[in-house]
Amino acid sequence: MAATAPAAVPGENPAASRGPVGAVAAWVADIGEAVIALITTFGDVVLFGLETIRWMFARLPRKDTLLPNFYQIGVLSLPVVALTGLFIGMVLAVQSYSQFRVMRLETRLGAVINLSLVRELGPVLAATMLAGRVGSAMAAELGTMRVTEQIDALSSMGANPIYYLVVPRFLGCLILIPTLTIMADFMGVMGGYFFGVFVLDIDSHHYWVNSQKVVGLFDVASGVFKSLFFGAAIALISCHRGFHCQPGAAGVGRAATSAFVYSFVSILVLDLFLGILIDNVYMSLYPEGIRFV
Amino acid sequence: MDNMPVTEAVPPLVDVRGLYVSFAKQTVLRDITLTIPRGQTLVVIGESGCGKTVLLKTLIGLIRPTLGQVLFDGHDLSKLAERELARLRVRYGFLFQGAALFDSLTVAENVAFPFREHSHKTNAEIDRLVRELIAEVGLNENVLRKYPAELSGGMRKRVGLARALTLKPELMLYDEPTTGLDPIMSDVINELILRVRQQLKMTSVVVTHDMHTAHKVPDRVVMLYPLARLGTSEPQIIFDGTPRDLERSRDPRVTQFIKGEAGERLMEMRTQFASAESMMKGR
Repeated sequence: MAATAPAAVPGENPAASRGPVGAVAAWVADIGEAVIALITTFGDVVLFGLETIRWMFARLPRKDTLLPNFYQIGVLSLPVVALTGLFIGMVLAVQSYSQFRVMRLETRLGAVINLSLVRELGPVLAATMLAGRVGSAMAAELGTMRVTEQIDALSSMGANPIYYLVVPRFLGCLILIPTLTIMADFMGVMGGYFFGVFVLDIDSHHYWVNSQKVVGLFDVASGVFKSLFFGAAIALISCHRGFHCQPGAAGVGRAATSAFVYSFVSILVLDLFLGILIDNVYMSLYPEGIRFV
Repeated sequence: MDNMPVTEAVPPLVDVRGLYVSFAKQTVLRDITLTIPRGQTLVVIGESGCGKTVLLKTLIGLIRPTLGQVLFDGHDLSKLAERELARLRVRYGFLFQGAALFDSLTVAENVAFPFREHSHKTNAEIDRLVRELIAEVGLNENVLRKYPAELSGGMRKRVGLARALTLKPELMLYDEPTTGLDPIMSDVINELILRVRQQLKMTSVVVTHDMHTAHKVPDRVVMLYPLARLGTSEPQIIFDGTPRDLERSRDPRVTQFIKGEAGERLMEMRTQFASAESMMKGR
């Protein structure tokens, strides 16, 4: 290295220009910065959630803010959730059929498809569709309101933006995601059944008997229970992204994209931990163990 | 609490003491001290980026000071809880730069919003008051059912003004009320500012870089200067006086602004062009 290092550019980390050690130091600093940013955002979303829950109980939500959001979140999401549910059921049938046929266990297909649907795919699929359809739209809408000072206008008139904008969306997601999940479950079960029985020619009676032996109310309820957490996470993350939108069209676009990405990641992370929790509860309720599929 | 004599009859409506506002690493306002007595109309002028809008938003507590205090009628805004601040904000009116009307609500619903939030009036009463307010800002009743997206810029500003006036505020804040409007509509807005001030006897702060407004509307003019162009010991308020004093000011920074002359900025720009050109040639 030359003895006279070039003068550091103002605002840039001087360590960055000092050879390999400096490069590693800069790399560590960058990672540290990213970690700090991640933890700060996480803490911020949690505080945002607590504030939302506080406002949910502080004052009764207004019907005129609640109903349009319920319509948007529930009614308009129903067709797309139903359609994707239907196809996922059929895809499951296609994928597992050949494996099961080798073992001559075709009629067990019902158990496999329906169990994985109600426990995992139904809730995760409904939540993913909600995050994509509603979450990013909420982030874009609130982001635009932030950029055009409408959120400031609410505050300036002595109205609380969380009460007006976040609580109805949060309640909409929380209350309606179980119904969407049940819809996805139902359509998935139907899709699997029709494809299995009518296309793959599996015996209908045994298909259902095997399903009945394996899929219980606990499985359906655990899926619906998980969906509540997904709904809450989607609403809070998306509204938070919208509230902290950067100026301009690019800012709104970024808010919408990051709302979906963060929601999706948290759906999967929550799914893992809730799955572990539910398994533990199941083991304590039914100590004889996992049922044979 | 300091031991100031508290026998003063009425505190000034707005009292800004040693205000600093910084975002990330950038300081926008530095050591601003400003008292606005009741009934005064103050115009804050200054070029874009000098912190005018930030000052306006700190007056209503939308931006919290990094240091210093903003007192409204004796209440320190930064010491108030969210709920108390919300209650205090009923005494404010704020006209935002883009009017900030709620897109999802009609004009009538926008104007009715503060009534629905803060009063127990019946629908019929609210409807009557909304019609009155819309007439007061010189708009026709047929705008009531329209959505903000269907209105022109000037109409939107007037609806925003009507909404800000619903609860008869004591302090009215205007953020660049004439920016983006044609000269005639600008004058209409200036007239409206004067009229509502006379009718409601309120205190107003108008942030603008429109010299027409700065001459026509105020009792007092304050000029802010961007911190980046100031030395560390120079005050950020470079002018404070009546519109007539403004005309007589000898400060070149003030006269340049009034006359709209770029002055030394042109020189700066030329050197920047020159260096950009030499870089291009070097390549």
